[in-house]
Amino acid sequence: MCAARLAVAESPALVAERVTRKYGGRVAVKDVSLTLSAGDCLALFGPNGAGKTTLLRMLGGLLKPNAGTVRLHGNELPGEAETRRLLGVISHRSMLYDALTVRENVMFAAECQGLRDAASATTRALDMLLVLDRADTPVRALSRGLQQRVSIARALVHGPRLVLLDEPYTGLDETGARALTDALRALKASGATVVLITHNLSEGLALATHATIMRAGTFAHEMPRPEASYDVGEYAALYREIVAGGE
Amino acid sequence: MRAHGRCGVSASFREPSFVADAVRIARKDLLIEFRTRSGFLSATVFAMLSIAIFRFSWDPTAVTSIDLAPGIVWVIFTFAGLLGLNRSFGVEQADRALDALLASPVSREAVFAGKALGNLCFVLAVQVIALPTLALFFGLPVAPEWWGVGAIALLAAVGFAAVGTLFAAIASNTRLAEMLLPMLALPFFVPVLIPAAQATSKLLAGLPLTEVIAELKILAAFDIVFVAACTLAFPFTLEE
Amino acid sequence: MTSVSAVESRSTTARPLPAVDWLLVLAVLAVGAMAVRAILYTPADAALGAVQRILYIHVPSAILGMYVACTIMAACGGLFLWLKDDRLDRISESAAEVGFVFLTVVLATGAIWGKSSWGTAWAWEPRLTSALFLWFVLLSYLVLRDAIENRDTRARLSAVLGVLALLLVPFIHMTVYLFRGLHPDPVVLQPGKPKMPPEMLITWLFAVGAFALLFFALLRLRYRWATARDARLMLEQA
Repeated sequence: MCAARLAVAESPALVAERVTRKYGGRVAVKDVSLTLSAGDCLALFGPNGAGKTTLLRMLGGLLKPNAGTVRLHGNELPGEAETRRLLGVISHRSMLYDALTVRENVMFAAECQGLRDAASATTRALDMLLVLDRADTPVRALSRGLQQRVSIARALVHGPRLVLLDEPYTGLDETGARALTDALRALKASGATVVLITHNLSEGLALATHATIMRAGTFAHEMPRPEASYDVGEYAALYREIVAGGE
Repeated sequence: MRAHGRCGVSASFREPSFVADAVRIARKDLLIEFRTRSGFLSATVFAMLSIAIFRFSWDPTAVTSIDLAPGIVWVIFTFAGLLGLNRSFGVEQADRALDALLASPVSREAVFAGKALGNLCFVLAVQVIALPTLALFFGLPVAPEWWGVGAIALLAAVGFAAVGTLFAAIASNTRLAEMLLPMLALPFFVPVLIPAAQATSKLLAGLPLTEVIAELKILAAFDIVFVAACTLAFPFTLEE
Repeated sequence: MTSVSAVESRSTTARPLPAVDWLLVLAVLAVGAMAVRAILYTPADAALGAVQRILYIHVPSAILGMYVACTIMAACGGLFLWLKDDRLDRISESAAEVGFVFLTVVLATGAIWGKSSWGTAWAWEPRLTSALFLWFVLLSYLVLRDAIENRDTRARLSAVLGVLALLLVPFIHMTVYLFRGLHPDPVVLQPGKPKMPPEMLITWLFAVGAFALLFFALLRLRYRWATARDARLMLEQA
């Protein structure tokens, strides 16, 4: 790796400044700021309707904030093609075309990312998520969990530097969950930034370098860099207290 | 990000290309269409069936086929095309595949061009099957003027695909979706349908191509204005 | 962004509608005065008879419904896409609805005129045909608005339709005039262009003014109503 890579690691990768988003008159995300560096993983917890998905979509440039800015390596999203290429998005919707095969779907994504060697990148991504043996099966013939794995392969095929995940563990079996966790660990180690929404506190905390509990569009509790040994039970109690406090 | 590019990653990425992106999206849509076939089959069957029904229910002694055919065929194309347009954004919305496309380096304009190109191929394929059916059932003479009709069909299909794709994108964001699309799009098809039908009837009546210059001009102007306007307007139809 | 908070404060502090809308009263009086003048003090056209007076309603309504309303709808729609100001969306919405009413008047009076002078209520006269297609465009605009619940989405998508609608107007005109080339239609009185007797011209200009006043009074009323509605929704959601 060259020296410039270090500069990336030192300067913040993802910066959101006082972002606010409204739907009609309702405020979904209110005045949220965050800064993440390369290799960071932010776990977003919170009850339904807390604004997690809205925040995540704004971080990915899929939704424009009504106020505030989001910058990825200094560039606003959706911005230029070069900036969007840094992005990988995974949600509980598969974002796949169910009439196409697994390989066609991932290959299409790889080509849209502009990969020169889309075919071998596709094979590698399918292999990483353990779905290579299903490469020529139409997506609609796969179980929910396998579709989710294909969707993850689709999002990671181009080696994104910012990965946004909205409840990615939904529907995954143990093998799939482990493959996803391994893939995310590898991404973190390679200096990618990860933002993860999940309802599973232990899974989220296992990966996270930062954890946040959202409630009513704001960060109700922020915990920077939890230790790997942080007690999940204690955090769960805190979570329940915060969520109950809002009602 | 710059560093990311310099560190050799740029070697494995191509520069984004508008045309390549659009063609890839159109090819993907046509592949889906080819796999499922439902849209194309229902559109062509609808077109052929309506041509047959119109022909059978009309009194040939009152109106000659040559007077009747052009109007009918353009109305049928419109509705057959709408069947395809409705599906166009359905496949993107079903599992939110559009989100992945929008988060990728592909530009919004290229997404529109790709979707419109796919729809254009769809409409042209329906026409390729429906026009011979029309000639057969209406007993129209097979003559060189069909080249002129083909040119008109192509010009009309371009405007149709551009406007139809944009309204399909708009309609896919509403709760009425499929029901709303014809209502939104039909008034915009007036400057396509009427000149196309009129030019077709002139050509079938044996008039030379020079007689339909006015219609061709309207069609061409419509194509230019609305392909440009719809491409520019498309990004605004996306959630932002 | 300042516009968000600005819009909010404007909306929540919307004043209650005034008990009497003086502009509307004035407009109604002007239209009434125009009618009195047209019926009592302006000679009927020798050839066309009394029914010619319907043109004092028909033509001003057409000018306002076809050109003024559509232009306001499209211009405010385009500006909305740029500035994202809710007020522009409300003006577009109001212009489309008032324009739709005016165009309905155009079609109705056109049919009455057609029945008495051409013997048929609908003769596919090119101007009237244009008005009909525009009527459909405005109708679909209003239906689109009705079909979207989210206010931001509704404003954005209807603005796109509004801008495209303005581009469509010249094409519809070109098309219907081309269509006429094949189907010659009855000789039409072309108000505005041909030489009118001075009394008729003055009455006609008076009519345009009165209807313009009515149009803008209704537009303002409809806009105020939309503001009040949005403010109420905002309070309900907050």
